[in-house]
Amino acid sequence: MLPSMQDDPFYQFKVTFFEECDELLGNMESYLTDLEEGDHDSELLNAIFRVVHSIKAGAGAFSFERMVNFTHRFEFLLDKLRDGSMTVDDTIVRVLFDSNDVLVDLVDFARNGAETPREFGAHELAKIEALINGESLPEEGALPAAAGSAVPEVEGEKSKAGTDAGSKVFEIDFSPKPSLFQHANEPLLIIRELSGLGDLKVSLDSSMIPELHVMEPEKSYFTWTFELNTEASRDDIDEVFEFVVDDCDLTIVEKDCTGKITGVDVTAASDLGDDDFGFFVNEEDLPGNQASSNQSAEPTVDQEDDDDFGFFVDVDAGEVEAGVQTNDENSKSYKADSLPVEAPASSEATASVKQSSMPQAPVPQTANAPVAEKPTSVAKVSSIRVDIDRVDKLVNMVGEIVITHSMLASELTVLQEDRQTSLGSGIEEMSMHIRELQDNVMAIRMQPVKSVFSRMPRIVRDVSKKLDKKVKLVTEGENTEVDKTVVEELADPLTHMIRNSLDHGLETPDERIAAGKPAEGKILLSAEHRGGRIVITIADDGRGINRPKVLELAKEKGVVEESQVLSDEEIDNLIFAPGFSTADEVTDLSGRGVGMDVVRRNIQSLGGRVSVVSEPGVGSRFQLTLPLTLAVLDGMVVGVGEQKFVIPINNIIETLRPEKEAIKTLVDGTHVIKVRGEYIRLVETRKTFSVLNAETDLSKNLVVLVEADGDRTIGIVVDKLSGQQQVVIKSLEANFGRVEGIASATILGNGSVCLILDIDGLADMDSSNQSDTAHYLKSNMLSSGISSDVSENEAAQ
Amino acid sequence: MVETSSISSDFDPRKIGVIQDDNSSVDADGGDIVQFVSFKVGDSEYCVDIMAVREIKGWAEVTDLPNTPEFVRGVLNLRGIIVPIFDLRCRFGQGLTECTALHVMIILQVEDRIMGILVDAVSDIITVNTNEILPAPTLDKKSEQKFISGLMTVQERMVALLEIEKLFDLETIVEAAIEE
Repeated sequence: MLPSMQDDPFYQFKVTFFEECDELLGNMESYLTDLEEGDHDSELLNAIFRVVHSIKAGAGAFSFERMVNFTHRFEFLLDKLRDGSMTVDDTIVRVLFDSNDVLVDLVDFARNGAETPREFGAHELAKIEALINGESLPEEGALPAAAGSAVPEVEGEKSKAGTDAGSKVFEIDFSPKPSLFQHANEPLLIIRELSGLGDLKVSLDSSMIPELHVMEPEKSYFTWTFELNTEASRDDIDEVFEFVVDDCDLTIVEKDCTGKITGVDVTAASDLGDDDFGFFVNEEDLPGNQASSNQSAEPTVDQEDDDDFGFFVDVDAGEVEAGVQTNDENSKSYKADSLPVEAPASSEATASVKQSSMPQAPVPQTANAPVAEKPTSVAKVSSIRVDIDRVDKLVNMVGEIVITHSMLASELTVLQEDRQTSLGSGIEEMSMHIRELQDNVMAIRMQPVKSVFSRMPRIVRDVSKKLDKKVKLVTEGENTEVDKTVVEELADPLTHMIRNSLDHGLETPDERIAAGKPAEGKILLSAEHRGGRIVITIADDGRGINRPKVLELAKEKGVVEESQVLSDEEIDNLIFAPGFSTADEVTDLSGRGVGMDVVRRNIQSLGGRVSVVSEPGVGSRFQLTLPLTLAVLDGMVVGVGEQKFVIPINNIIETLRPEKEAIKTLVDGTHVIKVRGEYIRLVETRKTFSVLNAETDLSKNLVVLVEADGDRTIGIVVDKLSGQQQVVIKSLEANFGRVEGIASATILGNGSVCLILDIDGLADMDSSNQSDTAHYLKSNMLSSGISSDVSENEAAQ
Repeated sequence: MVETSSISSDFDPRKIGVIQDDNSSVDADGGDIVQFVSFKVGDSEYCVDIMAVREIKGWAEVTDLPNTPEFVRGVLNLRGIIVPIFDLRCRFGQGLTECTALHVMIILQVEDRIMGILVDAVSDIITVNTNEILPAPTLDKKSEQKFISGLMTVQERMVALLEIEKLFDLETIVEAAIEE
């Protein structure tokens, strides 16, 4: 994360700052997109301004100079747009986008503790300056004179509208109160920031300092007088003092250049007495309170979605919904549909943006009544930032409760089958509470995919620039929520597929015009919930998959036989075939459209699928479907001898009882089964896992046909099926290591451990097995990153 | 009794990482007082640092882990954590333990991994001065002795101090698997 900062006393604050930056910049991307689409609402501009301003404030606090310099001018430009002295046009939007990209990179440089290259962002800075000064943009590649210098001075250019035209002189009296220091503010930083605005003369009045023996260390005895000659507006100066305005006596007086006072403005100090050490500051009065909880989200408990049992009385609603108590055995499922999809938990930069997106209102009369907009001047903290570890602990605990509960419930059935006992009804009631609890805890981990989607526009911009293509990216459903773990895993595959579409799917503008299409291509990125899974679509209106070429390549690489005849659909899916491409890393993004097989593998390792539909000349549509969480999976519990295993339902195609004549034995002892004309290799779990007392007669077994990666089908031979259930995934690697053919473990209702099969691994395993176990162990266990550092026993003789 | 070679003065069990830092108190006559949990496997007595012991449980059925060395008896659900159980007798190359309800699993924490060892019985908590821990005799590469980092004499019985990190180091497990 922050390698060079581990010993930094501000480490924790920096982590928070960078987290906020990510959030803010993520929002910024969507604000800018709105702006590009012609929404020139002043609220939007304010929101954009605030993002940059917040980052600047943080950067100033941590002395990230480059970031401060850049954001300072960026902010200045935004301010001009905000106050209407400039109007937004396409040129400006482009510059804003570019500047935003630079800002993202600057944040990354600071995060990694890397040296920012000297010329970095100079070009964008020059563009900003040019815009501010109303000049034409500098030539691409021409390096501006101001590159690398600190805040470039604005030449005495008169701007078009005159709120802040020309230079002015401000006289500022500033005397901090003790509370200013208690809130961890530092006058030096304020003075530095002021000096960044223009020519600053500082005089310190230290006459208040008492004799040493009566001096109180907690008090502040200094008063400063600044004379600032600046082109900045009064607002800029106010911003410098934004965080301390309640903790000091502040007077800002504007003079004209001859020193005559033209306007007096005394900022009322807060009404706390001087002898009050500022312990009782009203948090809400702190403007732009930089508390890390500046987010707005509706509380995630959504009354409308009381799923299928109105068990919990909504006190606000003032009415008791009488619900029918249902208790079906299989309802330990984690209901995605009951999650409030319409409450994006993204942080909004400011309260004012919130007005437009999420009205804050006093407690409504009834829970579901429509809420009237009521502007409030203060951001109410309606969400908090919680360490993911804490949430994970909670999730684990709930998982334990679920297991313990099902254990109790199954014990109960062994007892007198008398459901009328208070014990029975207690257990039943508890199962409802637990289900509710599990849903809610899972909902805490849910995040909108927006955090990933918001990174894509930049990739599209960068890549399309490189390829000289015109592209418009349209995103839909970015507030669709999935488990945090899934969101994190999505970034790489999505990045890869978007690049793939840009590179292979879309044509150059000339080709498009020749084909009778608009010069600008379109890529659609959308997300939606469908049947307890999330479906992500990446569609382009490009040339589609070049089937003859794909087929030729596949034959060349030996992916398909020369003589094979494939349907169009099969040819399209060849792009995912292992060996079709040469890359071996999804993160290897320099390649041109390589590694789709790796994308598929990664998606499948998450329990997802990826498919493609393509039409020559019209475009291609890739679809990813993923489970909403990686913490639980739907499994089929199977029995082999005395053991039980879980097979992920996702992989199962069908289950059949083989007929004797359908089973054939190959030379090496491998059995295959003929199903609808195809021979499918059988994996005999009894042999593979050396299970005792298992049924040896294949015709008395059951065969579960499963699909492994790369569209391979294998048949897993088991003794019996014990039923389908949702299982909580537990790691084996945490305390042991990898075991061949086993993906992870879970805990069954009776408290015993049950192993979840690794279908892809089984398909890869040599059917004779055993021979290379050791080799496998070596390669896998040691690479799983666990090795204890044993100091050799060097006992003296 | 084993006759031990002369004790070298620079032998310190703490240095070789078999004693946790917080398991000691200074004794009046120099050296530190440390505590161990001792247990029996067959006729021999072994001990581990008490600070590494999380809990002691009676034997319960575990789930087999396929394709692992013989001494990995399987995995157990310990309040939601999957814990591997190692058969110590088998680890020392003396065949599998025939488990009864009287057998005991000692759950240990080694760094951030949790695992259990299956032993015949827990005997005692022993308190000794580090001065009294003798270095293990020269190793003749016999399997059991690889894991012994020190010896102590408690009431005329010899107790061997086990180096659990080494016992469950994955590399040695892999080696064992290859040997099998």
